[in-house]
Amino acid sequence: MRIQVRLFAAAREIVGHGEVAIELKEGSTVGDLMEGIFSRFPGLKGMAGSLVFAVNRELAERSVGLRDGDEVGVIPPVSGGTDV
Amino acid sequence: MYEITEKPLSVEGVVSAITRRTCGAVASFVGVVRESSRGRQISYLEYEAYPEMAIAKMRQIEGEIRQKWEIEQIAIHHRVGRLGIGEASVVIAVAAAHRQPALEACAYAIERLKQIVPIWKKEVSPDGSTWVGMGS
Repeated sequence: MRIQVRLFAAAREIVGHGEVAIELKEGSTVGDLMEGIFSRFPGLKGMAGSLVFAVNRELAERSVGLRDGDEVGVIPPVSGGTDV
Repeated sequence: MYEITEKPLSVEGVVSAITRRTCGAVASFVGVVRESSRGRQISYLEYEAYPEMAIAKMRQIEGEIRQKWEIEQIAIHHRVGRLGIGEASVVIAVAAAHRQPALEACAYAIERLKQIVPIWKKEVSPDGSTWVGMGS
């Protein structure tokens, strides 16, 4: 199944795009998606502990199951970024 | 009435849009870009929103407010993009028959906005930049 991932603020800057599509096996969860995102964009691992996820615009735990066509927002930490 | 916009905000426009003949009070809050943050000089701010979720969360805030106070109308307009010192980043206005619910609901709205609405700002200063976001 195909999940539309939207990224914002520091997460968007690290990935370089505001929107990416991720292919996952049927029955995957938010946690599985997170692993998929981290393997494709290792730069995000640094903020892994503080990222939260929104499934179809509602905050969701990592155990929540995903369905084809879901939109998942990657919500960056309360405060982050790096000094240039 | 909710809006995420790149255009400059108009306090008067927001206030007049929600004022009704039955209202005796309109309370408004304007968030403004300050010249310093946490000891650092600010050159400008860049606001970014998850617009669809931000609007949904603003509606949720209205629902919470209507359970607590008797209000007539509420409007929240948030600007995104690059903002200079002194520019308005957010305008909240609450119209009610009486002043107390208008004032209390307006204060509640800005606190909740900071907690649950997915809008981030990048503080750009001469020596670097930092993202600041939800809950801060």
